[in-house]
Amino acid sequence: MKREGSPWTGLWAVVLKELADHLSSVRMQLLELLIFLTAFAATFVASRQLRATVAEDPYIYLKLFTTGQDPLPSFVAFLGFFLPLAAISLGFDSVNGEHNRRTLSRVLSQPIYRDALLLGKFLAGILTLGISLLALWLLVTGMGLLVLGVAPSGEEVGRGLLFLLSTLAYAGIWLALALVFSVVFRQPATSALAAMAVWLFFAVFWDIVVQVAAQALRPAYGGDPFAALAQVRLGLFLSRLSPNTLFAELVIALLNPEVRALGPVFITQLEGAVLNSPLPVGQSLLLAWPQFTGLLAGVLLLFAGGYVLFQRQEVRA
Amino acid sequence: MNGVIETQDLSKHYGPVIAVDGLTLTLSKGEVFGLLGPNGSGKTTTILMLLGLTEPTSGTVRVLGYDPARNPLQVKRRAGYLPDSVGFYDDLTARENLRYTARLNGLTRAEADARIIDVLARVGLTSVANRQAGAFSRGMRQRLGLAEVLLKQPEIAILDEPTAGLDPEAAMEFLGMIRELKAQGITVLLSSHLLHQVQAVCDRVGLFHKGKMVLEGTFDSLADRVLGGAYRIKVETSRPDGLEPALRAIPGVTNLSQERPGQFRLETQVDCRAEVARRVVGSGADLLGLTLERPSLDEIYARYFREVDHEA
Repeated sequence: MKREGSPWTGLWAVVLKELADHLSSVRMQLLELLIFLTAFAATFVASRQLRATVAEDPYIYLKLFTTGQDPLPSFVAFLGFFLPLAAISLGFDSVNGEHNRRTLSRVLSQPIYRDALLLGKFLAGILTLGISLLALWLLVTGMGLLVLGVAPSGEEVGRGLLFLLSTLAYAGIWLALALVFSVVFRQPATSALAAMAVWLFFAVFWDIVVQVAAQALRPAYGGDPFAALAQVRLGLFLSRLSPNTLFAELVIALLNPEVRALGPVFITQLEGAVLNSPLPVGQSLLLAWPQFTGLLAGVLLLFAGGYVLFQRQEVRA
Repeated sequence: MNGVIETQDLSKHYGPVIAVDGLTLTLSKGEVFGLLGPNGSGKTTTILMLLGLTEPTSGTVRVLGYDPARNPLQVKRRAGYLPDSVGFYDDLTARENLRYTARLNGLTRAEADARIIDVLARVGLTSVANRQAGAFSRGMRQRLGLAEVLLKQPEIAILDEPTAGLDPEAAMEFLGMIRELKAQGITVLLSSHLLHQVQAVCDRVGLFHKGKMVLEGTFDSLADRVLGGAYRIKVETSRPDGLEPALRAIPGVTNLSQERPGQFRLETQVDCRAEVARRVVGSGADLLGLTLERPSLDEIYARYFREVDHEA
């Protein structure tokens, strides 16, 4: 049966309302404070360390993102840790919250489709994260300007923007996941815990699972190089099912122009290569393109899943 | 198209549970129709199907000529809905809540603001327009819900349990507002399990029982059908001996019961108070009281279900 009327009717009304809610909500302000503080600390440490090598390094600004000093991790590591939390906290109560406040049937009885409500909530979350990330990136770059005293090159700005985009895709995964759980579970607490559990699983346990599985499925005894290679490849494949790995590889490729491969490399492949010569932005992007599309595909799949579930859900409590 | 709302053999199944079973209903323009029945008898499900918020398992629905499953936006643009125990965004003010609804309806800012001032005045919430909805009492929330319905200037207003949980005074006030809707030519469909309140505003009612509409019609015709007579006469006399057969013999009397010695309750099809008085006095007894009681919907309802259960 075909529906009539545009599914986007009222989309912007939802986006604007949710955006206003997010930006003024206490939980978002707390998270922003947390992110800004850690970013500040990480860049401060990095820039102090980098001062010594300013003159030698052509990609000093990118190092600002990736340099850490014990006990403080780098800015990128901080982002990888906090962004999923921020995204989950924006999305975990989006649908079940409306249910519990008894506003869902009232909103859906307005002339909009459910599509607009769900997509509007997702877009508002992405926009919120995008705004915070952009502010954060500008903050870090500005601090770099002050401390290091050199302006970033065009290439560095380009890489920085691409990095921003991939971070947003990574955050999108967790936002979409939280949205799905907010459709599935009636209690916001349950959906928050479930989303955190998935995040924790990928952050902590997935690496262990990957190692054990790779060793069990492709055992390598007695130094057989082919068996060892098979094991490494399987491990790499499995670990790339995790959004965390995809994001980490993306960051490595985009922020380190010297990186030329994201997997095992044979000596023979290095023949004739000029080592330590950086790749141009386009080539780095090409290198990490599968990871980037993988993240986007994950976002789309999760959102589509949530969409189907939400369409079939009964409105009444 | 003569009916504003028309359903034909409308059914909704949730797995093995039949929520609505073969409902056929027609509402004409400007009438107030009451869907009555106990909780869980299918009233809300029916309403959700009318708005296209849930799909019927079988049967057809037409609201203002549109099919709500196919063309929900057209239906929802013209029909306002006040859900059962409506909720609002607690951290937004009453005005902001309405503004969101107005934006969802595609109203321009200026138009929305003008309408919001108007509807808030009509439901008597002007003084609290800038207070957060989280601080509202149940009655205020219900009125804000009605304001939201009015905001889109609907042709149909669908109200689900509008007076449930309100104190008697607030309920009466709310019923008054429903009457105003009717005066404006808005067709009203309201569901309720509080029969005596609904009785006061509905032109026509339909009684729901286990997903079926078992009785439908004007209040008088229901009373006729279920109670066997729309009139009840209470007679008080001093010496009741031998009076009972005389009263029973009055044409039009369908039932007679003696509540206390000397006090009778008659169910009649016509108003035969004069005849009753004549017979009581004629038998030599003193007539102490004679009152006509209109049966209430509660009674009709209770009686009907007693009979249904009895047969089952």
